[in-house]
Amino acid sequence: MQLIFKKGVKSRRGIKIPRSDVPAKEIPLKYKRTKRPSLPELSELDVVRHFTRLAQLNFSIDTNFYPLGSCTMKYNPKFTEQIERLNGFSNLHPLFTYISEGVVQGVLEVIYETERLLCEITGMDEFTTQPLAGAHGELTGLLLIAAFHKYKGNKKKYVIVPDSSHGTNPASVSTCGYETIVIPTDKDGYMNLKLYKEKLNQDVAAVILTCPNTLGIFNPHIKEVCDLAHSVDALMYYDGANLNAIMGRCRPGDIGFDIVHLNLHKTFSTPHGGGGPGAGPVGVKGEISKFLPIPRIIKRKDIFTLEYHRPNSIGHIAPFFGNFSVILKTYAYIMFLGKEGLISVSEHAVLNANYLRTRLRDYYDLPYDRTCMHECVFSASRQIKNGIHAIDIAKYLIDKGFHPPTIYFPIIVKEALMIEPTETESKETLDDFISAMIEIAKLAEENPKILKDAPVTTPVRRLDEVKAARELKLRWEG
Amino acid sequence: MSYVPHTKKEVEEMLRVIGVSSIEELFKDIGPALRPSSFNIPEGKSEFEVKEHLERLSLKNNTNLINFVGGGFYDHYIPAVVDALAGRSEFYTSYTPYQPECSQGTLQAMYEYQTAICILTEMDVANASLYDGGTALFEAVMMSLRITGKNKIIIDGGINPIYKNMLFTHTANLPVDLIKIPPHIGQTKREEIYRHLDEKTAAVILQNPNFFGTIDIHSDIVEKAHSLGALVIESVYPISLGLIKTPGSMGVDIVTGDGQSLGIPLSFGGPYFGFLACKRKFLRKVPGRIVGETIDKEGKRGFTLTLQTREQHIRRQKATSNICTNSALCALRAVIFLSILGENGFVEFSKLNYEKSEFTKNLLKNIPGVEVINSPTFNEFTILLKKNADEIVNNMIDKGIAAGLPLGRFYKGMKNYLLITVTEKRKKEEILRLAEGLNNAINL
Amino acid sequence: MNVPDGLLYTKEHEWIRIENNSGTIGVTDYAQDALGDVTFVELPKIGDTIKQFKAFASIESVKAVSDVYAPVSGKIIKINEGLLKSPELINQFPYENGWMVVIEIYDEKEKGNLMSASEYKKYLEGIQ
Repeated sequence: MQLIFKKGVKSRRGIKIPRSDVPAKEIPLKYKRTKRPSLPELSELDVVRHFTRLAQLNFSIDTNFYPLGSCTMKYNPKFTEQIERLNGFSNLHPLFTYISEGVVQGVLEVIYETERLLCEITGMDEFTTQPLAGAHGELTGLLLIAAFHKYKGNKKKYVIVPDSSHGTNPASVSTCGYETIVIPTDKDGYMNLKLYKEKLNQDVAAVILTCPNTLGIFNPHIKEVCDLAHSVDALMYYDGANLNAIMGRCRPGDIGFDIVHLNLHKTFSTPHGGGGPGAGPVGVKGEISKFLPIPRIIKRKDIFTLEYHRPNSIGHIAPFFGNFSVILKTYAYIMFLGKEGLISVSEHAVLNANYLRTRLRDYYDLPYDRTCMHECVFSASRQIKNGIHAIDIAKYLIDKGFHPPTIYFPIIVKEALMIEPTETESKETLDDFISAMIEIAKLAEENPKILKDAPVTTPVRRLDEVKAARELKLRWEG
Repeated sequence: MSYVPHTKKEVEEMLRVIGVSSIEELFKDIGPALRPSSFNIPEGKSEFEVKEHLERLSLKNNTNLINFVGGGFYDHYIPAVVDALAGRSEFYTSYTPYQPECSQGTLQAMYEYQTAICILTEMDVANASLYDGGTALFEAVMMSLRITGKNKIIIDGGINPIYKNMLFTHTANLPVDLIKIPPHIGQTKREEIYRHLDEKTAAVILQNPNFFGTIDIHSDIVEKAHSLGALVIESVYPISLGLIKTPGSMGVDIVTGDGQSLGIPLSFGGPYFGFLACKRKFLRKVPGRIVGETIDKEGKRGFTLTLQTREQHIRRQKATSNICTNSALCALRAVIFLSILGENGFVEFSKLNYEKSEFTKNLLKNIPGVEVINSPTFNEFTILLKKNADEIVNNMIDKGIAAGLPLGRFYKGMKNYLLITVTEKRKKEEILRLAEGLNNAINL
Repeated sequence: MNVPDGLLYTKEHEWIRIENNSGTIGVTDYAQDALGDVTFVELPKIGDTIKQFKAFASIESVKAVSDVYAPVSGKIIKINEGLLKSPELINQFPYENGWMVVIEIYDEKEKGNLMSASEYKKYLEGIQ
């Protein structure tokens, strides 16, 4: 579709700026912008048609099934979108907090109550809503870990992660000045306990795990892993990306984790927005709360007030309280679901994943052939014999109207296909997906060329990624 | 009910296929010792009850105050098309465009966004957005460390104090030397910067207009920095770029800022988005996602995420940054906003902000007990009151006016200073009420 | 996998052709195949010192960015500017036009730490 910059006509107008009721004034020439910004000149209808047509080029949860492992692409409620638009929330300036706490009591209550609910769901003592994304939450967690060790006078150098970890884990470790030690996964799908014990020593600051892990497997020895870490004064960090599997059945705070981050755009169904925004609130146990970012919200009788004076705080992770309207939607979602709803989420997420696992294991290799949690990882290794890779399977699924699963992650599984259906998908949708996957397995044997040519029904066919990376055309030049 | 569609019959059928007799059996790896010691979440409510509760909470916030508060986040008009178009669920319920064939909508919109940011700032390349203006500034600092191999950063006195705090927090465990120039309201004090600027400097961070509202031209500082092998990072306010000299024209190396003013509601702090743009030669050091143009196997033009090998999901420990999400939906709002305004609309919009602010300045400077401190300014300026600014502002809240941001909160010794912001939304009678209110609060 | 004789090889899949006191360095056929289509090469500057087994350059493809490690220590005396315009030379001619740098070798004895063509071939069989 044509770029918006090539549309429009000189001096076409899109908007009516209010007539000025104050005297005209020119900025001193010295400070004036010399070249006018060459933004397109379109009518409102031009703009509407352009972006509406662009929207129609997208897959989305509202139109397609997204079995993306590690992403939890569940249905996004509509009523939370309405709540976000309430005037008392959307028009509120964050700096009003500095002018008078009395004018922002409603939002302070939302944040405070959400913190309490997240504490109860995860078994932690305190939460901060400041981190602006999951990876930002990981960075915050590591900053808290570093502050904790500095306070205790512990000299630490390393952070342990399993080789199945999400890329943000070791990247966050580097951003915080630590070095990563990677522990391989054993044949049962658990972090290798023997090698873990070997590498664990007084120089280790923390261990980052997600539970269940990225293979969709819950480690029944997780408590031992936590206890071992604590024995060398290392902190246990829970990457909450997979919380959708265990709500109501297990809380990281109870089993030995000291710090957690959550991905609100995953477990708590705030919309992904085509890549963001998200939110990554961080929860802590015990003493670690003295290092939390400021300000903290305190409740005195029925009044909410802010506490800025916390001498051990790491400072500011975000300008205010994080992505407030994402927090707000999370609060609404949790209130709506309630205790029984959250438990039902995890039960049906795990049910759906195991149903897919059972129905597909005859057609695709399952490296860890056992009960999974909310996601399972297949491998296209059986299909490779005919030259079909995970990416070819993915592209054909697009033609069948399904967004592909996550491919090539976790990196420890060759030609990985990570499937997470989520609890909001019905049995019919799963059955349709299964039929498509069975068809693909057959095509891989009988007519692989069809898979190689896919997708054919989309607005563009397979794109030349090498050309994109070599030529680097990153903007319209005019 | 939790948006779970399964009937009892379907659950039984699925359990039968899996080969277990209950859902509980699927959780056998979570032994009794690992079960929760408590799970006291209140019972679920209906959609109606939740909305009612939150409507009540929303009314406990006062959004009826006439808003003269800025400080980096602005009360601007958002045209109706922005909500209408960004509110389409094909945009907001879609995923990161890792599968480009089914994400051309998002990808093209991001490519157009990248172009728009370059047009506004007069820089060569921009990425597909970051979380906010503060983290964008941190990422720019990290970029400058990678590019120069040096570790000294000079932070000018006019930088947003909250962003400054964020920089210190984010770099606490990294071998970075952050030098803070003391705050000052007027244009950048060159001699303060030059006192610290040397061959060990990776970058100088400037802001235009600065936190206090002052406009400057930084080409001289850029030249001096370059002569010593240092870069210049500038944090800017997008709406001002309709009127004032761009960082690109000054030779700035990396431009950052918050895009909230481009069609994003204030929402008590977020989500917003950060933008980052730079000279072409630094392209491979840019963090986060970038969209590039290419063709498909039939020669048709398409868009795709590129330079992903820099990102966490491939490079892991050696990634340029740990960023995963961007703020795509907010960046989309911005490109829609800029499209509906267009070249003329954007310049007029910008000019209106300036004119309203200048009118306000002229009015206020005639009030006894008020001294207007800085010029030239865009739509924010600082005044010195003969009384405590917190008290004055509190007094005026009762009269329905949020008169400005008292600076004593951020700077010791500035308890009588007030930062006033006037956007295109402030009508003349509101400005007259501000002047009258200030006069009464100070002099009666 | 093409493994020409007369070159010395490293475990990280670099090769070096030694002539008198200078060495031409590149990455092997195995490396270019694993990387996929090369999109960008970052080379050191002439005059830079490189140390044996330390990273001195990087190769970027759509799949990965890989560091390139020095087979022996030395000083850069020539760089292949052609790679900046045509990075695909590494894929097409890894041992000829796809060479990356030429160095002045500091210590000939360091080549004892490298593999011959036959040793490298055996090594490849082991990892595949």
